[in-house]
Amino acid sequence: MNATTHTAPRSERAGRPADTPRGPARARRRRFDWRTWGAFALLTAPMLIGLGVFKYIAIGWSFLLSLSDAQGTIALGDWVGLDNYRQLLGDAVFRNSLSKILLFTLFIVPITFAASLGLALLVNRIRRGRAVLRTAFLIPAAVSYVAASLVWKMSLFSGMPAGIANMLGGWFGMEAVPWLQAGDPPLYWIALVTLRLWLQVGFYMVLFLAGLQAIPKEVYEAAALDGATGLRLLRRITLPMLRNTSVAVLMLMFIAAFQAFDEFYNLFGGGMSGSGTAPVKTPLMYLHDTAMGAQNYGLGSAGSFVLTALIVGVTLIQGRITGFGKSEE
Amino acid sequence: MTTVREGARTLRRPVRGLLAGVLMVVFLAPFYLMLRNALMDTQTLTSPEWTWWPSTMHWENFTDLFDDPTLDMGRSLANSLLIAAITAPVSTLLASAAGFALARIPVPGRGVILGLVLATLMIPGAATFVPTFVVVGSLGGVNTLWGIIVPGLFNPFAVLLFRNFYLQFPREIEEAGRLDGLGWLGLYRRIALPSSGAMLASLGALAFIDSWNAFLWPLVIGQDPSSWTAQIALSSFLTAQTINLPGLFAGAVVTITPLVVMFLVAQRHIVEGIAHSGLKG
Repeated sequence: MNATTHTAPRSERAGRPADTPRGPARARRRRFDWRTWGAFALLTAPMLIGLGVFKYIAIGWSFLLSLSDAQGTIALGDWVGLDNYRQLLGDAVFRNSLSKILLFTLFIVPITFAASLGLALLVNRIRRGRAVLRTAFLIPAAVSYVAASLVWKMSLFSGMPAGIANMLGGWFGMEAVPWLQAGDPPLYWIALVTLRLWLQVGFYMVLFLAGLQAIPKEVYEAAALDGATGLRLLRRITLPMLRNTSVAVLMLMFIAAFQAFDEFYNLFGGGMSGSGTAPVKTPLMYLHDTAMGAQNYGLGSAGSFVLTALIVGVTLIQGRITGFGKSEE
Repeated sequence: MTTVREGARTLRRPVRGLLAGVLMVVFLAPFYLMLRNALMDTQTLTSPEWTWWPSTMHWENFTDLFDDPTLDMGRSLANSLLIAAITAPVSTLLASAAGFALARIPVPGRGVILGLVLATLMIPGAATFVPTFVVVGSLGGVNTLWGIIVPGLFNPFAVLLFRNFYLQFPREIEEAGRLDGLGWLGLYRRIALPSSGAMLASLGALAFIDSWNAFLWPLVIGQDPSSWTAQIALSSFLTAQTINLPGLFAGAVVTITPLVVMFLVAQRHIVEGIAHSGLKG
C-alpha cells in the first residue's frame, strides 16, 4: 500500500518532461536563474568564505603588518616601510637558518627520492607477501614527528651508552658519542635525515607504486621482445614513464623539507619556551621564535613572506624546467 | 643465452626476498623499540646491557601516564580526538560541495571563482602560520579548540580533486536525476554525494591523519594546557626537565596507536588517498 502510493507520483514525474517541453526552463536559465545561483552559492559559500578569511584576508593583513612596526600588537598604523625586511635579511640567525635548510633539503630530497623509488620497484617486483611489505614500509607514515623524535632522541640516537646507535657502535669497538649534542662533527644530521626518511619514504613509495602500475604491460612486453632486460628496461622505460610522478614527488618533497619544523624543534628543543639552544634552527623555528616568542608580528610576517616567496619561486622554476602540467599532451 | 638469463633471474629472486626482509625489520624496529621501552622499568632501560624484552611487563607505565598531575594526557587525547573527528568529515564535505558546484553548476564567473580557489594552492601552509595566527588571534581563537580546528577546514587541493572527480561524472545520471525532478542541491545530495564514497573515505582518512599528527599550528594557537593536543602534550613531556623515560615511550605508544590501527584497517582508502594526491596539477 505504502509502496504503491510512493512509486505512483514518481513514474508520473518521470513521464512529465515528455509532454511538457523544456523550453521555458532553458529560457529562464539564460536570464538570471535564482535557483541555479542559489545552489551554487550555497555549495561554495563555506569554502569561499573560509579561504577568503584564512588565506586572502590573512595574507593581506599580514603583508600590511610586515610594513608596520608591530611588536606585541597586530594593529596596523605604525608604518615603517621595508624596515622589517631589511632587519630580517640583515639578521645572521635568519640567513643561517636559510643556508641550513638548504643544506638539509639538498640531503633529504635526493635520498628520500632514491629510497622511495627503490622501495617501490622492490615491492612491485615481489609477488608473495607484497601487501605485508607495503604495509611495513607505509606504516611509519602513521607516526607523528613528535613520537618519532622521541624514539630518535631517547633511544636510537641517545647519547647514553644504552642508546641503540652507541650500542651498535660499541659492538664494533666505537666509543659512545653524543649524537644530537655534538656540533663537530655535526652528527645530528644523521638523526635528522634518517628520521624524516623513515617517516616519509612509505608515502612517496605509494605514489611511485601508483605510477608503476599505470605503465601498460604491453610496453614491457614489446621491450622484452627487443631483448631489453634489467637495468636497460629501467632506464629506457620505467624511469621515463614515471616522469610525471617523479616531478610531483620532487615538488612535494621540496615544499615539505623547506618548511621543516617539528623534528628540529623536538630533537633539539628546550621546552615550550622556545628553541634557545638548538644547534640548527630552521626558518620556521626562527619565525616561531620571532612571532610567538618575541611577539614581533611585523618581523614575523616579513619572514613568512620571504619564505613563501622562496618556496613559490623554486616551485615555479622547477615547474618551468620540467614542463610540469604540460606533459599530459 | 636464455638459460643464462633465466639462471640470473632465479638467483635474483631470493636476493630480493632477503633484501625485502631486512628492510622490513629495519622499518618496523622503531615500533618494537617504542613498545619495549614503554614496558620496561627505568633501570633496565638505561642499562648498557642489552635486553630484548622486559622480563616483567610494567603495564603500570601506561596507567601512571594518566595519573600524572603535571600532564593531562587524557584531556589532550580527548582534544586530539575531537579535533580530528570534526576536521576529517567537515573539511572533506566542504571540499566535495564546492568541487561539485565548480564542476557542474554553470554560472557566469565560475572560472574566476575557480581561479581564486586554485590560487590558494600556491600558499605553503606551514610557512604562513604568522598570517593565520594574526586572523585567528584577532577573532579570539587563541587557546580555543575552534581556533585549532577552523583554519584547517578549507582545503583547496581537495576541492580540485573533487572537481576533477565530478567532471567525469556521467551526464546521463545527471539527466536522469533531473527527470526525477531534482534541482542542483538534490542532484548533489541524492546522486553525486552518495556516489563519492571512495573519495570521501580516502580524503577523509588523510585529513584525519594530518589533523591528528599536526604540530606547528596547535603549538602556535593552543598555548594553554587545556587546549593541548596529544602531540603538544607529548612534546612538552619530551622537553621537560624531569625525564621519566618509560613513561615517555608509553606516551608515544598511546598517541600513535589510533593511527596505526587506522592504517591497518583502512589501508586501502589511505593508499588511494595518497595516490590521488600525487596526481597534483
